[in-house]
Amino acid sequence: MKDINLEVPKQSIFGLLGPNGAGKTTLIRIITQIIFADTGKVHFDGREINSEDVRKMGYLPEERGLYKKMKVGEHLIYLARLKGLSRNEALTKIKYWLNKFHIVDWSDKKIEDLSKGMQQKIQFIATIIHDPSLIILDEPFSGFDPINVNIIKDEILELKKNGATIIFSTHRMESVEELCDHIALINKSNVILNGSKHDIKQNHRTNTFIVDYTGEFRNTNEYFQVNEESETDEGYIRATIKITNDQSPNDLLSLLIREVEVHSFQEKIPTMNDIFISKVNEELNA
Amino acid sequence: MHNIFLIIQREYITRVRKKSFLIMSIVGPLLIASLWVVPIWLSTRDTDQKTIEILDDSGYFNEKFTETSSLKFEYIQTDLVAAKTEILSGENYGLLYIPRINLDDPEGITFFSGKNPSIEVIQDLEWAMKSVVENIKLERSSIDQATLDSLRADIDIDMINMTESGEKAGSAGVATIIGYISALMIYFFIFVYGIQILRGVIEEKSSRIVEVIVSSVKPFHLMMGKILGVGAVGLTQYVIWLVLSIMITTGISSYFNIDRKDSLPAQTEQVEVIQEDQGNEFVAEMFNSLESIDFGLLAFAFFVYFIGAYLLYGSLFAAIGSAVDNDADAQQFQLPVTIPLIFSLIVLTAILREPDGSLAFWLSMIPLFSPVIMMMRIPFGVPYWEIALSLTFLIAGFIFTTWLASRIYRIGILMHGSKVNYRILGKWLFMKN
Repeated sequence: MKDINLEVPKQSIFGLLGPNGAGKTTLIRIITQIIFADTGKVHFDGREINSEDVRKMGYLPEERGLYKKMKVGEHLIYLARLKGLSRNEALTKIKYWLNKFHIVDWSDKKIEDLSKGMQQKIQFIATIIHDPSLIILDEPFSGFDPINVNIIKDEILELKKNGATIIFSTHRMESVEELCDHIALINKSNVILNGSKHDIKQNHRTNTFIVDYTGEFRNTNEYFQVNEESETDEGYIRATIKITNDQSPNDLLSLLIREVEVHSFQEKIPTMNDIFISKVNEELNA
Repeated sequence: MHNIFLIIQREYITRVRKKSFLIMSIVGPLLIASLWVVPIWLSTRDTDQKTIEILDDSGYFNEKFTETSSLKFEYIQTDLVAAKTEILSGENYGLLYIPRINLDDPEGITFFSGKNPSIEVIQDLEWAMKSVVENIKLERSSIDQATLDSLRADIDIDMINMTESGEKAGSAGVATIIGYISALMIYFFIFVYGIQILRGVIEEKSSRIVEVIVSSVKPFHLMMGKILGVGAVGLTQYVIWLVLSIMITTGISSYFNIDRKDSLPAQTEQVEVIQEDQGNEFVAEMFNSLESIDFGLLAFAFFVYFIGAYLLYGSLFAAIGSAVDNDADAQQFQLPVTIPLIFSLIVLTAILREPDGSLAFWLSMIPLFSPVIMMMRIPFGVPYWEIALSLTFLIAGFIFTTWLASRIYRIGILMHGSKVNYRILGKWLFMKN
């Protein structure tokens, strides 16, 4: 990896994106001091990171497992104590979280008797059991059904509300869209996009509009360009129209209503997915 | 350090709790105890005396059989047919029929019994008859018993070990047995628990538990915690074996009301007096010469070589486990680690021939071989300076292998999918951080 320079604002959700093999896991391992960078430094709270800071982190790796033969309760105690909690603190915390997830009766079950999704829940609890100030979640939703995805999402938002900073790495763009405040896109060990979600979206507006209409729209000129046309279920024609930078949406609309009956008019804002794909492809072609 | 302790604790508790540990702890001592108890039990079980009728037509054997704890004899004078029917209906065990025989070529001696006679009985009878015939033949050659006794030479070299604390009876036999047992125990321990470390590391790696653990624990601590935890399990197992073996052995022997010393004179009453005597002498000599072995030193050496060897090989096994993804891939790396172990076992016979030779000396200095070789040599007596030097090398050796292993381990546990060979391992070794 080279020239990675990222800043994660406090108490925000930071999305770390990138295709497979881009170097996300390596970067996370450097942040969590599992491996060390040849050059470069990691700063935490404005100063160089030390081993005490690592204790304040909670890291949920993408590839994760638990000891199959251990019971849920004792496994959580073990992981919590490795994080520096005393036995009693651990017990209190475990009770709190098992209650919160309504899984108190799992405590005496063996890990091997749990489904994959159930194990993921235990791993999530283990990650945040010591109230970390920096939480790093690598693909936290894998293995969850939609109901549990929502439960975990709510937890993540609550953790942020309670003051935690969260670094969030995933391929699921819809959750990025929903959760993240800041985003960095890494490809081939380089940062190719970095900023707040709002700014990125602004910068990637394409001045494209989606219009549903009836009638016939013929008056295209150099300012307005119809990219796509299709028919909707309702029998309208749906056109994707791109306007040049010096034109406003109102110009387009006034042009349209002179000729056709407009049923719907909407700016086509790029999704994170679109941005992700176009950015990665750009790199690929460059 | 707090974390190492937690890891050791987890390794120890989860392993000791396993059923297989419990079963091994019970079966092991039973096996050991049965090695002692079964032969003793077998020798005392056969207490009822069998009566054997002797029908001697030759006249050579009249009143010549001596009664033993298992056999007594009745001499009869009827004809063969009547005697045979008597055996079939009567209580007696069997009938030994001796026809008129030519002493140079005795033929036709027959044993009749209702059921198949035991080999032991037949052998006893053959032995007894043989000595009777031999005596008659000696008399014929005008050699009487007294002359014969005076001709017989019985040479027995007494072995005395001279040590600073005085002279003690020595025995190469005892030293060999004790050496073998301790060498084998170290070998067995390293193998069984080394493989457990290997499996444990592979399990943690392939199930991606390490990924979770290394975010709160240094890889080196995780590795050492596992090695020490598994080692503690092994030591526990041995202590259980030792205690249970002693308990079972003494328990069963007192149940049969036998004590090794009591059972020895009982055996002398048997027919093959000469042989038995030699056997007893050997056993007695063995017990005497146990004194010649410095058990304090032996126990100390066993303990330190045990731990040294375990740490040395254990860390190598941990390194192998970290480098591979599954048991099958581990095979190719396991071989170079197990070869020195197996080699030291094979070379033991050569060491025995010359426990103070140069081969023995040099192998005792090489940490990979020294634990097994030294345990073989110590019962024969090894100068303290040699033990000290060998231990120094062993400690240096395990510090080196632990360092080596930790370099490979820290990278290996997080590597997946890539085929690892020795060149890559070498690269990991010298990788920074």
